[in-house]
Order: sequence, then C-alpha cells, then structure tokens
Amino acid sequence: MNPAMTPVATPFFFYFLSGLAILGGLLVITRRNAVHSALALIVTLLAVAGLYLMLYAPFVAGVQIIVYAGGIMVLFLFVIMLVNLERTIKERQFNRIWPVGLAAGCALLALFLAVYAKGKSLFPEQARGLAEGNNTQQIGEMLYGNYMFAFEIASLLLLVAILGAVIMAKKRI
Amino acid sequence: MAEISTLHYLVVAAALFVLGVIGVLTRRNVVIVLMSIELILNAVNLNLVAFSRMWGGLHGQIFSIFIVVDAAAEAAVGLGILIAFFRNKETINVDEIDLLKW
Repeated sequence: MNPAMTPVATPFFFYFLSGLAILGGLLVITRRNAVHSALALIVTLLAVAGLYLMLYAPFVAGVQIIVYAGGIMVLFLFVIMLVNLERTIKERQFNRIWPVGLAAGCALLALFLAVYAKGKSLFPEQARGLAEGNNTQQIGEMLYGNYMFAFEIASLLLLVAILGAVIMAKKRI
Repeated sequence: MAEISTLHYLVVAAALFVLGVIGVLTRRNVVIVLMSIELILNAVNLNLVAFSRMWGGLHGQIFSIFIVVDAAAEAAVGLGILIAFFRNKETINVDEIDLLKW
C-alpha cells in the first residue's frame, strides 16, 4: 500500500463505529418496544457497514446497507406493525430463566477473549491488505468465475424463500 | 492502541455475537429473537471480512455476501411463520408458543 495514502484518524473511526455497533446491539436486546429494537438494529447495521468500509470492502458495505438495512429491516418493521399488540409492551419482556442465558453469554464471551489472547501470536504482524479501487470488479469476477455454482444456488434459495414466505403468510392456501 | 489490527475487529465481532446469543436466549418477543439472530449473522460477517483483509484474498467478502443472502431468506420465512402463527394464536411470546407440548 502506498504509505502516503495511509488513512488518518483510523483509531477514532474504529472506536466510534464499533462503540456505536455494540451500543446498538445492547439496545436491540433490552428495549421493551420492538420498534425501538428494530431502529437500534438499523444503527448497528450501518455502523458495521462503516467498519466494512474501513476494512477495504466497499461492495460488502453497499450490500449491507441496501439489502440488510434497506430490505430486511423494512420487512421486520412491516411485520412488527402487523403483529403489533399493545399488551406486549406492558408484559414481562425477559424469560423466567434469563440469568442462565446471561451467564451462558458471559461464559461464551470469556471463551472468545481467552482464545484471542492465547492465539494472538498466530496472527501475522501486518495485514496483507486489499487493493483499493477495483473491489467490485474483482468480486464480480470471482462470483461469476469460481463461485458460479454457489451464486446460482443462492438465487434458487431466494426463490424458495419467496415462495415459502408467500405461502406461510397467506390467509388461505 | 495506535494500530488497529485484525484482532480489534474480531473482539468487536465477538461482542456482537455474544449480544445476539443473549438476546436469543433471554427475550420473549419472537421478533426480537429474530433480530438477535441477525446480530449473530452480522458478527460472523464482520469476522469474515476482517480475515479477508488479513489474508489479502476476497473469499471472505464473497462468503459474507452469501451470508447476507441467506439472512434475507431466513428472515422472510421466519417472519412468514410468525404471521401464520399469530393468526391462529394471538401471541408473539416464545413461551406461549407451546402447542406441541405434551
């Protein structure tokens, strides 16, 4: 990589975006109102898209914003409005055994951090880095080259999902 | 912490993953459980893209594109199932969805 083009203020953007993503994740799992959770998840998705941009993956960031934040979350909001029950806001929002879930999550986090701390020497010193500039072209070449079969299977999967969602949500089959 | 290495991104992804797992295990609202699953998938995507930059190849990014496609399909079908169930029994709490209980 050209040393004159090293980005400035990278730690600031990283900590800001990752803090925003983790805060959004916390809000998703703790809000009483499902619409608030959906909006917090949109914030998380946009922050993660920013992290993708920092990782030199502009195409994945674009896919994330357009498909995830712009498609899937809109679908979620539609369904939340469809099944909107006023009484769910006043009910109990956590399970009866929520301490077990919280403990399991904390144990999992401890396991992850232990693995990362132990295996820190296995990571290479400097990331090999990706070329800036023709990321979309290279992804296109790989998708239609090496991963052509997986690409076609993914489109078949989407077709099956469309059929499944329509049939599941129909009033009368 | 001057240099943001791959490990930083992995720790962020691990935190998002654990938040998603806690959301799946503790919440009663089905829609919020599904949104926690989306959090988990996003954490995995972040991992993949971070490793893609670490090794210099694009395979991680392509895998993450397929995971986004898969998340869309799964969200659509899961929400369709939720709507179908909600039509029968007017509830969206996971511990009240126990018609198969013996």
